[in-house]
Amino acid sequence: MLTLDGVSKGSWAHFAHDADIGVRGVAPTKAEAFRQAAFALTAVVTDPAGVRTTDAVPVFCQAPTDELLLVEWLNALIYEMAVRAMVFGDFSIDIEGESLRATAYGEAVDIARHEPAVEVKGATLTALKVSHGADGWHAQCVVDV
Amino acid sequence: MELSTLVRRSDYEWWVPQTGTMRVPGIIYGSETLMRDMDEKVREQVTNVAMLPGIQRASYAMPDAHWGYGFPIGGVAAFDPDEGGIVSAGGVGFDISCGVRTLHTGITVEQIEPLKRELAHQLSRSVPAGVGSHGRIHLDDRELDAMLEGGARWAVQCGYGVEADLDRIEEHGCMEGAVASAVSVKARRRQQDEMGTLGSGNHYLEIQHVAEVHDAEIARAFGLAVNDVVVSIHCGSRGLGHQIGTEFLTDMAIAAPRFGIVLPDRELACAPVESDLGRQYLGAMRAGINCALANRQIITHLVRQAFATVLPQAALTLLYDVSHNTCKLESHPFNGASREIFLHRKGATRAFGPGHPDLPTGLRDTGQPVLIGGTMGTASYVLVGTSRSEALSFSSSCHGAGRAMSRHQALRTWRGRQVIDELAARGIIVRSPSPRGVAEEAPGAYKDVTVVVDAADAAGLSRKVAKLLPIICVKG
Repeated sequence: MLTLDGVSKGSWAHFAHDADIGVRGVAPTKAEAFRQAAFALTAVVTDPAGVRTTDAVPVFCQAPTDELLLVEWLNALIYEMAVRAMVFGDFSIDIEGESLRATAYGEAVDIARHEPAVEVKGATLTALKVSHGADGWHAQCVVDV
Repeated sequence: MELSTLVRRSDYEWWVPQTGTMRVPGIIYGSETLMRDMDEKVREQVTNVAMLPGIQRASYAMPDAHWGYGFPIGGVAAFDPDEGGIVSAGGVGFDISCGVRTLHTGITVEQIEPLKRELAHQLSRSVPAGVGSHGRIHLDDRELDAMLEGGARWAVQCGYGVEADLDRIEEHGCMEGAVASAVSVKARRRQQDEMGTLGSGNHYLEIQHVAEVHDAEIARAFGLAVNDVVVSIHCGSRGLGHQIGTEFLTDMAIAAPRFGIVLPDRELACAPVESDLGRQYLGAMRAGINCALANRQIITHLVRQAFATVLPQAALTLLYDVSHNTCKLESHPFNGASREIFLHRKGATRAFGPGHPDLPTGLRDTGQPVLIGGTMGTASYVLVGTSRSEALSFSSSCHGAGRAMSRHQALRTWRGRQVIDELAARGIIVRSPSPRGVAEEAPGAYKDVTVVVDAADAAGLSRKVAKLLPIICVKG
């Protein structure tokens, strides 16, 4: 289980996809790469550094492959953002086999402070990849906005 | 796009030859300039769609086509269930029935000019827009079921609009075959606070004026004249549609091998029309269409209320409402006989020509209005369906300009305040809760919609009728 220790163990980035946006997490472990991809997801909406992590939301999802698990994970966050009108600034994640248990930490959307740019509709199978290479784990896909 | 791999059939028609496991050829419409600028991925995706079971005639792409997921945005493909035809969640997209409706106001630019600031304020107060915004209408489960199976007809029955609106909406305001019980609890919950909301991104509510008329006769029949003020609303099925798309995209990706469907690309996730999953998706997706139609109808009601407080002499009547992301069972001629096929339009507009039996009396002689959205600083267009487009594209046309640069690049190029000030200097009022959102949607981030519309016109997909320019834009 990763903890909220404030130490960066990976990085996130966006990559271009015409009308939509690609989100990517890179880290030494699969779980941390998923966590970084979640930061990239938040960054589509607002700066993750500007989100207070006062409220905790439990998340659980399952999928038969790592790649579909990434899609399920991001879609679970998109769903929680939508129904709770929240943005998330940090995540703790535990992946075991086909299951992912996590807690997303964030707060209610504050239009003035967060300046949310756009809603994310869903995570797609486009440019979907979860892989392990020389520089660690990569977890990425395009999200529809 | 590398044009040497294509066969040019006319100035605006480019064929991807049928090779390998393609069941039909690909056909892409566009000028040479548009084609050269088009992403190579469009050709690849048009080719992949051409391999799907049961596809008919061709895999098409409209002049505004760009890289989508599985299907290209701007893709059109028809499938016959009698030949193992499929339905694809990726072929419809996440924002089910995202579309545009345009309303007459009965007032002119001169009348609106002294009141436009007040009207902009009133519209931005009346229509919830942007991330985290909530509507004022909350539906319990029973009401939600009625909305999902009734669409705009349900909305009108609830008092959001008038009976006359329904004739001016595709499917006369209600998509038949919707199955409310096929919509998941999550999708329902995602919609609980979002009825009558605009959303964000490229969705908008615009007050526009008719700047040019290209076809005087059709414009007259549509009730459009230079200096007329109109209202255009661009939005879709909100969270409910997004959740339906999300759930079925992965369900279909997992299930495809079970159906023995060999997918050239996992993103083409689909199921046979004649399967439980296919039927379940069709029921849920049609409910999503109804959600979008109801949503645009409620927003129309809110816009009418806003106008009533500022310009009570305005009479907002619906010109037409088109949907962009759908799969519909339609009748089309094949060698003289009519056949029913499942027609996917992903970022494409239905464009029925004159005489089509599904058009209401007032539009049957002209053909269907085809509404093409631009950006907050550039033109939008009204076109009309042609008789030729039946043979060219199963009566389909383009849907908009498409982005020229990524959101990230737009954010590095513009500041929201700067965009708002520059548009204000041109007399265009922008109201948005998010300056960052405005920067990402800056007019310069989009391709030239006029070039796209000119290509659609020249290719015969639809014909230009009128050009609209923005006066007020409410963005999410």
